[in-house]
Amino acid sequence: MKTKHLVLVWLGLVAGFIATLLLGQWRLGFFYTPVAVFIAAAQAFLVVAFFMEAKYSSRLTWFFAAAGIYWLGILFVLSLGDYFSRAWLK
Amino acid sequence: MRHAALKVQFDSLEQQHEASRLGLWLFLATEYLFFGGLFLAYTVYHLLYPQAFAEAGKHTNLLCGSINAALLLTSGLTMSLGVAAIRRGASDISALWIGLTILLALAFLGVKGAEYADDIHKHLVPGSAFALSQVPSAQIFFYLYWLMTALHALHVIAGVGFMLIVLWLAKRGKFSPQYHSPVEFAGIYWGFVDVIWIFLYPLLYLLDRHT
Amino acid sequence: MNALQEKLAVEIPAEDYLHCEHGLKSWLLTKDHKRIGLLYLFSILFFFALAAFAAAMMRAELLTPKGDLLIPTDYNKMFTMHGVLMVWFFLIPSIPGVLGNFILPLMLGARDLAFPRLNLLSWYLFIIGGFMALHAIVIGGVDTGWTFYTPYSTTYSNTHVVEMAAGVFVAGFSSILTGLNFIITIHKMRAPGLTWFRLPLFVWSMYSTSLILVLATPVLAMTLTLMAVERIWHVGIFNPALGGDPVLFQHLFWFYSHPAVYIMILPGMGVASEIVTCFSRKKIFGYEFVAFSSIAIALLGFLVWGHHMFVSSMSAYAGAVFSLMSFLVAVPSAIKVFNWTMTLYKGSISLDTPMIYLLGFIALFAIGGLTGIFLACLAEDVHLHDTYFVIAHFHYIMVGGMVTTFMAGLHYWWPKITGRMYPEKLGQLAALILFGGFNLTFFPQYILGFLGMPRRYHAYPPEFQIYNVLSTAGASILAIGYLMPAFYLVWSLRNGKRAGPNPWGATGLEWKTSSPPPKHNFHETPVVTEDAYNYPPLID
Repeated sequence: MKTKHLVLVWLGLVAGFIATLLLGQWRLGFFYTPVAVFIAAAQAFLVVAFFMEAKYSSRLTWFFAAAGIYWLGILFVLSLGDYFSRAWLK
Repeated sequence: MRHAALKVQFDSLEQQHEASRLGLWLFLATEYLFFGGLFLAYTVYHLLYPQAFAEAGKHTNLLCGSINAALLLTSGLTMSLGVAAIRRGASDISALWIGLTILLALAFLGVKGAEYADDIHKHLVPGSAFALSQVPSAQIFFYLYWLMTALHALHVIAGVGFMLIVLWLAKRGKFSPQYHSPVEFAGIYWGFVDVIWIFLYPLLYLLDRHT
Repeated sequence: MNALQEKLAVEIPAEDYLHCEHGLKSWLLTKDHKRIGLLYLFSILFFFALAAFAAAMMRAELLTPKGDLLIPTDYNKMFTMHGVLMVWFFLIPSIPGVLGNFILPLMLGARDLAFPRLNLLSWYLFIIGGFMALHAIVIGGVDTGWTFYTPYSTTYSNTHVVEMAAGVFVAGFSSILTGLNFIITIHKMRAPGLTWFRLPLFVWSMYSTSLILVLATPVLAMTLTLMAVERIWHVGIFNPALGGDPVLFQHLFWFYSHPAVYIMILPGMGVASEIVTCFSRKKIFGYEFVAFSSIAIALLGFLVWGHHMFVSSMSAYAGAVFSLMSFLVAVPSAIKVFNWTMTLYKGSISLDTPMIYLLGFIALFAIGGLTGIFLACLAEDVHLHDTYFVIAHFHYIMVGGMVTTFMAGLHYWWPKITGRMYPEKLGQLAALILFGGFNLTFFPQYILGFLGMPRRYHAYPPEFQIYNVLSTAGASILAIGYLMPAFYLVWSLRNGKRAGPNPWGATGLEWKTSSPPPKHNFHETPVVTEDAYNYPPLID
């Protein structure tokens, strides 16, 4: 990858970092965490796609890169489903 | 004529490189799932005890955490520049960038160590001497803080180890535009270490900082 | 040469993988997948023997209603030892570590796996983990059960939990690396012409197993770490006194351990597809269905873990979702049973030893699988949870399913691995003894469970005695079924008839090279031009 592009990616990461910091100064309450995680996910995408070069690798590599996240998703969704629905029975 | 680095089970350097890269990505998937259990625990308890987490979260060292975030993000850039350089055949420039990445990583560890010392001094360690024992369940936040950052730090150390090996091989002239897989793989691993911190930072350092 | 001529030809290979190098170093530092497969074989049999001893102690205790052989804690240590060793040090590495390692590269036409040194590391991690677990047993054992439930494991047990968990943790990395190696090998090292849908079904099931090995095991590693940290430092996230939730441990533990049970059957299903086709001399009925069912089992298997937690105080809504998912996961397994049965239909059946094991497998797996549906029903599970019904269910699958196919595969590929045939009559007899002994051991346990006998109890009400006696009697017969092959297989190494490259006349690339194979498997990389199981049409 060209140096110019790598530096642009880095600037994008720094922008995300500053945005998350500034966001913390506002009274977002409960919503802070989901927004911060969303920004973190965007930063992670930049790192995975460009610094780790997933975007320039074969489709299979992209698939392998994404697979772990899907499985993490299963762990989260079904476990949290239990915790959220416990209150419904009370 | 088989290339010196071509292993007997492979038919071409390209097959070897692609197989090894896929293998590394698959290994990283296992690492995501390894950390995933901790992130799940964090999510569950954050949802169950939002006040305790907000209160406890105020006591992490925001300056250290932010410096470390900046160091790691920048080290991701320097490592990528190192990979790009070796692709051009610029072995010496590549070694410089990798060396700089190692220095940034060591700086991260230094800051982390100082931060841990400060946390211990402030009794932010779960256990009988815990400073925030008046806040029920605040111990859970700090338990997760210590475990997640320590595990991450272990991975930083491993990453430094890989980069040192790669640096040594680069200095011995083992790499060329045709063959430089270890450099690329060290870069991919380092990116993973960066990604984990990208998620840890807001969850551990930026809770309830507006007050 | 036609198939018959191949069967008769006796070829003594010049330099096969067993004789090309000598000495301990050539085995302990080998990178040859075939030698590593044998290293796994010896190691897992060692742990099997220890775990079987624990089972023998339990069955001896259960002959009488009173707890008169072992004190309660020692009985608990026996079932823990039995569970931990059987699950992590026998079943999970069994077919993948032995047959997968040996046969997979041969089936793909490759010279070795993608990462031979990683393969050796896998074995060493297995051995180190095994020694750590052994150490835990020798210094006094563990009484928590193989499931390590909190808060007993973290707070109240006085046994060597951390040492045992550490051994399992290390062995877990062994499985992750094996799975990783298999996935990359299957993607990247197939011979020319060997497209995905020409692969033998054993390869599909190894791929599915490897998916689970790679994606589930890391969560186990984290769960054991969390449990150990809590036990050592007395702070953590599972302790209710600190606001923690013991049920979170169960979510994390079963997220791994349910898919783990599919690790303990999918490889067996792969072996079954190989054997049913060869000994019916027919191609598999519904190849794509079997292939996709393997993947479906691996994927759906990740969505059902809560069925171990129906009575744990998990929400009933979550329970209903997990119950539904558990019904769904049974479908691909059932599809496979139909496909194997239809392969048998109008086939030319020969009742060699592997086939006898295979026929037993289909029956026992069907029973085990169906009883899983009983347990998947939320309401019924309230009655059956933690009873002998559950024990019977999973032993029908793990022993009746996996161990049976392990024996079948071992016998089927024995000539390829060793260059020798085992004595056929003894093989057939042992297979029948195993089938009979197994049913006598475990069928009464279904009845016991339904009548309400709890598991993990060393004493019970006297009215249950007759079933326990039948079960113990069956166990002694089962033991004979295991011991016989141990003797005649070893005997065959020196005295068995020498085998040619393809004694069964089977299809598949592994049968195109000599028995035993040369060090790098093939003198020339084979080129594949036909589908799997391309047996000539049978004359009606």
